[in-house]
Amino acid sequence: MVHVSATPVLALRGVSKRFGAVQALTDVELEVHAGEVVALVGDNGAGKSTLVKTIAGVHPIDEGVIEWEGKAVSINKPHDASGLGVATVYQDLALCDNLDVVGNLYLGRELKHRGAIDEVTMEQKARELLSTLSIRIPSVRIPIASLSGGQRQVVAIARALIGDPKVVILDEPTAALGVEQTAQVLDLVERLRERNLGVILISHNMADVKAVADTVAVLRLGKNNGSFSVKDTSHEEIIAAITGATDNAVTRRAGRRSAEAAK
Amino acid sequence: MSDTSKVSKAEAEVEQSTVAPADDPTAAPVAVVDPRLLVREEGLKGYVTEFKRKIKGGELGSLPVFVGLIVIWTIFQTQNDRFLSADNLSNISYFLSATGMLAIGLVFVLLLGEIDLSVGSVSGLASTVFAVFVVNHSMNQWLALFLTVLTGAAIGALQGWFFARIGVPAFVVTLAGFLGWSGLMLWLLGSSGTINIPAETGPVHLLGQSSFFMDQAVIGAYLLAGLAVLSMLVGSFMEQRRRKAAGVPFRPTSEILLRVVALAVAAFAAAAVLNNASGVSNALVIFLASLVIVDFVLRRTTYGRKIFAVGGGIEAARRAGISVPMVRISVFAISGSFAAIGGMFFAGQTASATLNAGGGNTLMLAIAAAVIGGTSLFGGRGNVWSALLGMLVIQSIQTGLDLLNMNTSIQYMITGAVLLGAVVIDSVSRKSQKAAGRA
Repeated sequence: MVHVSATPVLALRGVSKRFGAVQALTDVELEVHAGEVVALVGDNGAGKSTLVKTIAGVHPIDEGVIEWEGKAVSINKPHDASGLGVATVYQDLALCDNLDVVGNLYLGRELKHRGAIDEVTMEQKARELLSTLSIRIPSVRIPIASLSGGQRQVVAIARALIGDPKVVILDEPTAALGVEQTAQVLDLVERLRERNLGVILISHNMADVKAVADTVAVLRLGKNNGSFSVKDTSHEEIIAAITGATDNAVTRRAGRRSAEAAK
Repeated sequence: MSDTSKVSKAEAEVEQSTVAPADDPTAAPVAVVDPRLLVREEGLKGYVTEFKRKIKGGELGSLPVFVGLIVIWTIFQTQNDRFLSADNLSNISYFLSATGMLAIGLVFVLLLGEIDLSVGSVSGLASTVFAVFVVNHSMNQWLALFLTVLTGAAIGALQGWFFARIGVPAFVVTLAGFLGWSGLMLWLLGSSGTINIPAETGPVHLLGQSSFFMDQAVIGAYLLAGLAVLSMLVGSFMEQRRRKAAGVPFRPTSEILLRVVALAVAAFAAAAVLNNASGVSNALVIFLASLVIVDFVLRRTTYGRKIFAVGGGIEAARRAGISVPMVRISVFAISGSFAAIGGMFFAGQTASATLNAGGGNTLMLAIAAAVIGGTSLFGGRGNVWSALLGMLVIQSIQTGLDLLNMNTSIQYMITGAVLLGAVVIDSVSRKSQKAAGRA
């Protein structure tokens, strides 16, 4: 286990979010420390995407508190989130096909040199960043359209790092990738942890979660359904929390019994 | 001119030398460059193979324009030997600037993947607004010019607002503008139908047919050509030095010299031809200066980058913190402004505001020019020089048909066919770009 600081860099306390008649999130708690990879798992519709969107500022929360380095903050728009140091890589990557790799990496925060875009420094820094992350792409000057799926994924993650974030959210980064590209992305996640970033990793793939995550937070039907330390939790326990196999008549009865016994 | 062409052997060598990270001793050293990737060889052979690959991949760039120009000039020259005379070429250079201004504005809109059908009407309205200010209200011509351009910008911004904020398709908004603004122009002109603008001084004189750069001094044209060549030479070498210092791939000196020599030949030949006639018209100088400025804005400023980003992927642009509605509204405002400036050029041609200013096939010619020049209708690809290249083709056809005394009916049909041809080339090249993994 890597060293984990005492104050979480990002913490959600009792966060709720409604969309009309749908209660998407209810009293959700989540903590992310620097240098920690938190896997956020849950079945389809459990609220994983909604949760990361509240952190990323796409959907403002209805109730609850978001704490950043111990202080309550309000995140109402994506700009607030990126201002704090939250970078999000969505599943659909959202890269501009017509721009080259450098252009995409620096989109929205281009470096300037005497008022003009500083292509030279941007290209130099892009190459440095890609090489420290051991990302292999043919050239930083080819349009994104000519890259493979795995290459686009690593470019999207590298793009998240340009703004020097403290927390990186990865939404299903390995979902559409082959074996080797998946390994490359997982390597990259580990390098993010080595850089002392907090990482929230959404994944359906238990093998990936077990491989890189430190903590697993399970969401079920918009509520917390347990948080586990990866190294002392079995595969089955996590699956059980995701599917709600623990949440049935039998376990509820057992729970009541033990509560009564405790009185 | 694309940046990808800068992939040189130097880059290949730099990347070949990179090996797997040291913390992973089991991994064999892997070249960063995928062996399947095509890297351009140095020298002339490299150019040829690169050129062949680009054509196959549908990256036609400006090639159709040059082929088209050669074909058109040959055809008209064989029909009428006055076509390639200095006077006629000078005419082409003067008349292309008005519609060219409209085409500059359209390049912005096309880069977003949208269309502005109102530019013709707005240009007509602008010339009328200017005439009303100057003639009916005795306003200072320069103030009137400023207000006219502002009117164009406001019209564009209004249309952009309907598109960006209300969500009406740009095509429909600007089609309504196409009708509405020309209606407003007719209403302003009233029963007279024509307002003559005094053209002894002021902007209308400047844009007129008898106004030349440095008063027809022979040195003027060469000065402009020299300035263009010199700035390209200095700019390229400064760029090369900065890139060398930063350790990123740079254009080899041979390539820079080749480009500069090509530009020098074209620029000085044009200067000589224009001097042979009567000099460089101020309208053309203003058009070229606008191209240089706009090219800088589009390629080297964050605003230009935002336009390309919105044209390439709205969602990506939004996630990058770009305000998509603001970019859209401002782009339509720019299109409206250039339409108004183009309208001033039309007013300069006749020293009047007339009923048919900006009417007829002005709009079609401007769109055709932008597309023929290589700006894609599908957004995100293109550059502002396409306004110049496209207008060279379009104006050559127009002037040639006039020389042959062709009927308007024939002119319309030919212009329509050229526009269709340009769009077909764009669509087909986009298809093959997709097949080649470049779109």
